[in-house]
Amino acid sequence: MIIFKDISKIYRIGGEEVHALDHANLHISSGEFVSIIGPSGSGKSTMMNIMGCLDTADKGQYLLDRQPVTDYTENELTRIRSQKIGFIFQSFNLIGNMSAEENVELPLIYQKLPAKKRKERVHNALEKVQLYERRRHKPNQLSGGQQQRVAIARAMAAEPSLYLADEPTGNLDSGTGSQIMDLFQDLHEHGNTIVIITHDESVAAQAQRRIRMKDGHAWEVAI
Amino acid sequence: MTVQSLKMAVTSILSNKLRSFLTMLGIIIGIVSLVVLVSLVNGATGSITDSINALGSNMLNVTISNDHGHPIKLSELPAFTKDSMFESIAPAASAAAAVSGAYAEEDTVLIGTTAAYLDIQGLQLEKGRFLMKPDLDNHSNVAVINADLAAEVLGRTDVVGEKVRFNGKSFLIIGVLKEENSSLNTASQNTLRAYIPYTSLIRLSEDVSLNVTSFCISASEDDMDAAEDALEVMLLERFDQDEDAFSIFNQSSVAEAMDSVTKTLSLLLGGIAGISLLVGGIGIMNIMLVSVTERTREIGIRKAVGASRGAIMLQFLIEALIISLFGCFIGIIVSWIIIEGINIIGSTGYSLSLSVVLLSVAFSVGIGVLFGLYPANRAAKKNPIEALRYH
Repeated sequence: MIIFKDISKIYRIGGEEVHALDHANLHISSGEFVSIIGPSGSGKSTMMNIMGCLDTADKGQYLLDRQPVTDYTENELTRIRSQKIGFIFQSFNLIGNMSAEENVELPLIYQKLPAKKRKERVHNALEKVQLYERRRHKPNQLSGGQQQRVAIARAMAAEPSLYLADEPTGNLDSGTGSQIMDLFQDLHEHGNTIVIITHDESVAAQAQRRIRMKDGHAWEVAI
Repeated sequence: MTVQSLKMAVTSILSNKLRSFLTMLGIIIGIVSLVVLVSLVNGATGSITDSINALGSNMLNVTISNDHGHPIKLSELPAFTKDSMFESIAPAASAAAAVSGAYAEEDTVLIGTTAAYLDIQGLQLEKGRFLMKPDLDNHSNVAVINADLAAEVLGRTDVVGEKVRFNGKSFLIIGVLKEENSSLNTASQNTLRAYIPYTSLIRLSEDVSLNVTSFCISASEDDMDAAEDALEVMLLERFDQDEDAFSIFNQSSVAEAMDSVTKTLSLLLGGIAGISLLVGGIGIMNIMLVSVTERTREIGIRKAVGASRGAIMLQFLIEALIISLFGCFIGIIVSWIIIEGINIIGSTGYSLSLSVVLLSVAFSVGIGVLFGLYPANRAAKKNPIEALRYH
């Protein structure tokens, strides 16, 4: 479902070219639970941005659900993000002045779903992360783990084909971190495709497959 | 989508109440100054125009300063109205006189004229009758006085049949005029007036003779400029083509001049108010730009979960529009309160002019869009990756 073919991404920082991705190749099938691991500066974030259609590659081809995502305009990228990608960030990225349920509803508004359907999906997603009782709470009234669960509910409500998590446990203690990882395991068991980007070996180890990144290259890690 | 954007905009305005209110204040002040000033000017214009029209807008006043040996006799006056362009004519000689009555003694303006004067000047009687032809033929000592004179000199207005003295001569009051409600007569002017037969004034004043030097004439058509031209031709012929021998005073030209003065005034005041609205608009833009920068991360999140450029743009544009429209709404209410307050204090009859209210709503929408567009566009153009990294 995700295919990276010789993808390169070059940034210019102060007149110097930095190869964030250098002919990276990757293949992730539908329903897989994959972790991408590597030190900072290894190109993980760039890979996530391209995978999540926040950015496009300079060279190479990216196929998402067999569709090439190369020369898309910003609006086309937005549409793909809206329909197919569910982001989970290290710093949760909930909107501060909106309640938990409003945050979960947000992607559904941009998908232009009718109000009734939105309500139903928000309800189900918050039930799954066991935060339905706290739906009216603002993010700052929730603990870090709860906030991350709301963020996961937000991704789930949109019913994406790919869950893309960037250091989802990075800001959490190990106890709450493992709760979050359990949620991902659960999502995986229900047949969802999950990609977790991390530099934490113990988190990466919980995935089916590990892909290691270094200096813009990606390769498989033997289990 | 629009409903959702509206909801989000309201939420974010409410989450920063003080700032939103201060931003609105610029618009509120602009709208209040626009609506109040223009409404007041419109109201004043209305009453000034009314009082000018009440003076008789189809009237020409003529003053003759040099008769070149061909004076216009009183008996010749009706000859002017042979031209179908003119309706009626009346002499209008005036003299200052002392008037004494049962109550007090004052200075007044005596106007010697004929029966036609009433209609030409558009005067209205409260009681009694106006001068008639027999009064002139008999040089009767009768007078029609205005309400001010009756009140000042006789202490009341119901005085028909009583007597007053002009320069010591006794006159019978045959009529009292209605009280004038004119803003043109200011307190400094002598507003006491008495109308007596022209022939009686000749006896009373040395400056007035059967040679008429001042008269008023009414036109039968609305075209005052054509009537003025026709009268000028007639008078030029009589006075050896000497343009300086006489002057014609066109009442409608006063009305026109007044009209253009008040139009300019309302444009000027409206313009000043418009500038303050513009400043309010810049305030909106300023605060929207701050808001966009502050909410960079929020914009990034929204984009990551699928908000298109258009959706972000719409959200911020609606926010700017709500601020300016709500400010406009408050401004109109405040204006209404101020105008009603002025009416209560000054017992005047100003009203909120609907056209100005509509204009100010249109203005606010324009300002909201104009000054919201740039910040909204800046928000929409943000790169999601950089926006998400913003702290």
